[in-house]
Amino acid sequence: MKKKLLNQNCAPIYEALNAFRNARIVPFDVPGHKHGRGNPELTDFLGKRCVEVDVNSMKPLDNLCHPISVIKESEELAAEAFGAAHAFLMVGGTTSAVQSMVLSVCKRGDEIILPRNVHRSVINSLVLCGAIPVYVNPECDEHLGIPLGMKRSQVEKAISEHPNAKAVLVNNPTYYGICSDLKSIVSMAHDHGMLCLADEAHGTHFYFGENLPVSAMSVGADLSAVSMHKSGGSLTQSSFLLVGSAVNAGHVRQIINLTQTTSGSYLLMSSLDISRRNLALRGKQVFAHVADLARYAREEINYVGGYYAFGGELINGDSIFDYDMTKLSVHTLDIGLAGIEVYDILRDKYDIQIEFGDLGNILAYLSIGDRLQEVERLVSALAEIRRCYQKDKAGLMSQEYIDPFVAASPQEAFYAEKISLPLDETVGKVCSEFVMCYPPGIPILAPGEMITEKILDYIRYAKEKGCSMTGPEDSKIEYLNVLK
Amino acid sequence: MDLWFSEEHTPDVKLSIRVKRHMYSQQSDYQQIDIFESDEFGRILTLDGNIMLTERDEFIYDEMITHVPMAVHTGIKNILVIGAGDGGVVKELTRYDRVENIDLIEMDPMVIDVCREYLPQNACRLDDERVHIHFGNSLKFLRRCSNIYDLIIMDSNDPYGPAEGFFTREFYGSCYNALKSDGIMVNQQGSPFYQEDKTAMQRSHKRIAETFPISRVYQAHIPTYAAGYWLFGFASKKLHPIDDFNGEEWKKLDLKTKYYTPRLHVGSFYLPAFLEECLRDVE
Repeated sequence: MKKKLLNQNCAPIYEALNAFRNARIVPFDVPGHKHGRGNPELTDFLGKRCVEVDVNSMKPLDNLCHPISVIKESEELAAEAFGAAHAFLMVGGTTSAVQSMVLSVCKRGDEIILPRNVHRSVINSLVLCGAIPVYVNPECDEHLGIPLGMKRSQVEKAISEHPNAKAVLVNNPTYYGICSDLKSIVSMAHDHGMLCLADEAHGTHFYFGENLPVSAMSVGADLSAVSMHKSGGSLTQSSFLLVGSAVNAGHVRQIINLTQTTSGSYLLMSSLDISRRNLALRGKQVFAHVADLARYAREEINYVGGYYAFGGELINGDSIFDYDMTKLSVHTLDIGLAGIEVYDILRDKYDIQIEFGDLGNILAYLSIGDRLQEVERLVSALAEIRRCYQKDKAGLMSQEYIDPFVAASPQEAFYAEKISLPLDETVGKVCSEFVMCYPPGIPILAPGEMITEKILDYIRYAKEKGCSMTGPEDSKIEYLNVLK
Repeated sequence: MDLWFSEEHTPDVKLSIRVKRHMYSQQSDYQQIDIFESDEFGRILTLDGNIMLTERDEFIYDEMITHVPMAVHTGIKNILVIGAGDGGVVKELTRYDRVENIDLIEMDPMVIDVCREYLPQNACRLDDERVHIHFGNSLKFLRRCSNIYDLIIMDSNDPYGPAEGFFTREFYGSCYNALKSDGIMVNQQGSPFYQEDKTAMQRSHKRIAETFPISRVYQAHIPTYAAGYWLFGFASKKLHPIDDFNGEEWKKLDLKTKYYTPRLHVGSFYLPAFLEECLRDVE
C-alpha cells in the first residue's frame, strides 16, 4: 500500500477506527462487551457509535505502549502541531503526563525547583520517586488572595542555592491564568545545566491561539504536560506529554510504560487525534472567539459592580509576567461572599456549574464549546446574586498562600511511621499526607510539611465555607496523619 | 399535491397541517425561519421547525398574554416586551391609549423583517410611534434596567434552544428588578400536558414563584400548540390577578376581542386538579 503523506488534515487513529468499523471484524478479543452487544444498557446510554469503537490494540489500530503505525503517526502530527520534538498520547489524565515528566528527570534524592502552588500530581510524583522539592514561593496578590507566578530573582536564587537540582518546573499558566517569565526561566535553567519542565494543564490553547502567553515548546522548554481535554476539547482524561529535542524520547516512553495502562482507550486516543486536527486547522479562530467572549464577560461583570473580573491590567513584568486572556476569574469578596459561596449559589439556585470557587474568587472556564448566550446567563446570574445575596464583607478571609516549612521529603513523610491525631493537636507536627481543596487541587499541606496554627485556621475556614476538601485518610478531615 | 408540515409534540405525537405553499425559508444567525401557507390555519410562522403562530389562532395567544395584565393594572404606561418579533403582542398593546412606551427586544432582526413582509396583519403596529425596537440579548438589556417598567411580557420560544435563557432564575430576577413596585410580569409558560413540557413548565413556575410574591398560572386553548393546551404565568410584586381585577372598568374601554372577556379572565385562573397539584409540588 502506498503510504499517505501525513499532514494536519489527517487524523490517523480516527481514520483507522472508521476503517475498522467498516471492516465488520468479528471480535474474539477484549473488551468483552463485544461492540456493545453484551451490555445493552451501556450501549443505550452511550450510543452504539461510541461503544463500537471501544476496542483493544490490534494490528490495524497499533499499540499505545509501543506505537509503530497509526498511533505513531498521530503522535508525529501532534508533535508537529505543538512544535515539539516528540509527543506522547496520554490516557491517564494530565496527572499521568505530569508524573511521567517528573519521573523522567528525577530519581531518589535529586532536587527539583518548583513553585509551591503546583497541582497535587507534581508532589505525588515526588512521593513516587523520592526527589526533594525546592520551593520557590510564588508572590501572592494581597487584594485578590491568589498565588502568582515565580519572580526571576527568586528562581535565580533557588538555582544558585541548589546548583545540583535536576530541573525547574513552571506552571504555564496557573489555574488563574497567570504566567511566569517562562522564556527567561528556561534560559536560566539551561545555563545551569538544568532542564525546564512545564505544567501546561491550563495552557493547551497557547499553542494555537494568537495574542496569548508563550507556550513551553516555543521557548525551548524540555518537557510539557498539556491537558488537551481542558481547553482543547478532547475527552476527559486524555492528554499530551510533549518532549523537546534535548530529552531522549525513548527514555520517556519507558517511564510512561511503568505506570500507563496496556489497554489504552481508543475513545480517548481518537479524541486526542480529532481535537489536535481541529486545533491545528481552526485553533486560531476558535481561541480568538474564546478570548472575545472572556473580554466581553469581564466588561459586563465589571459593569455590574461589586465584582472584580481581573485581566491583563495585573501584568507586572515579573510575578505576573503575562496573563491568559481566555480566563474568566472573578474576585467576589467585595460583595461579602466567599468565592466558594458564589460557586455554590450559582449551581444550587441558577443551574450554572463553574470550574471552582476558592476563598476570594471564582473561575468560570471558557473554552472551545462556549457561546454568548450562556455567557449572558452567567453575567446576569452574578448580577442577581449581588442583588439578592450581597452581605457585609467583614470576617471574610482571603489569604490563599501559606509559606510551607518542608521538614521531610514527600516520599519519606508519606511512608514513615505515623499516627492519627485530632486536627487541633497537630500543631508543630509534620504532616504525612495531602490536604487540599478540590478543585483547584493545590495542596494546603503536602507530605513532609510542618502543620501550623495558620494552616489549621485555613482548613477550618475552608471547611466551614463548604469547600470540598480532599487528601487525608480521614475523609471528614477531623484527624490528620502526622509523623511519630 | 400532498404537502404536509409536521411538528413533533413528543417523539410519539405529531401535529400535521396540509400546506399549500412554502413561502419562505432562511437560516438566520440564530435559527431556521420558515413561512408556510395553509387552508386551515392561513399563514404559519415556524422557528427551527416549531410553530410560533398561525394567522388563524394567534388571536388567542396575543389577547390572553396582553389583556389579562392590562385589565388588572390600570396604570400600565411603560412596557417591555421580550421576543415577540412577530408583532402580535404589540398590536394588542397599542390599542390602549394610556400606553406611553413599548420597548420591544428581539434577538433576531430577521424574524421582524420576515413578519413585516409575510404577516402584515400581525406586524402592522410595529411602526407605532410608541414602539421602540431593540435588537440584542434581553438578559443584557435587562441588566441595565431597574424599577422602570409597569409590565414585562415575555413572549419567547420554548425553553429548548436559543430561548433557554428566558426560563431561568436569573432572567426572572432581572425582570423583577426592572419592574416598578406594582409591576407585573406575564410569560408564556408552555403546555402542561406532555411529560417533557410539564417538567419544563414546573421548573419555570418554581423559579418564578421563588422570585415574585404573587405567582399564578392561567390557561387558554390554542389549537396549534402542544396538546392544544397552553399556560401563561402571571407574576407580580403587589397586584393579584383576580382580587385586583375590575372587569367593569375594562369593559368601559370598549375594546373588541375575539377570545378574552372579563368573565373568561377570572375563569382562566381556575385550573384542573392535576395542574393544581403539579404547580403545588414546586411552590
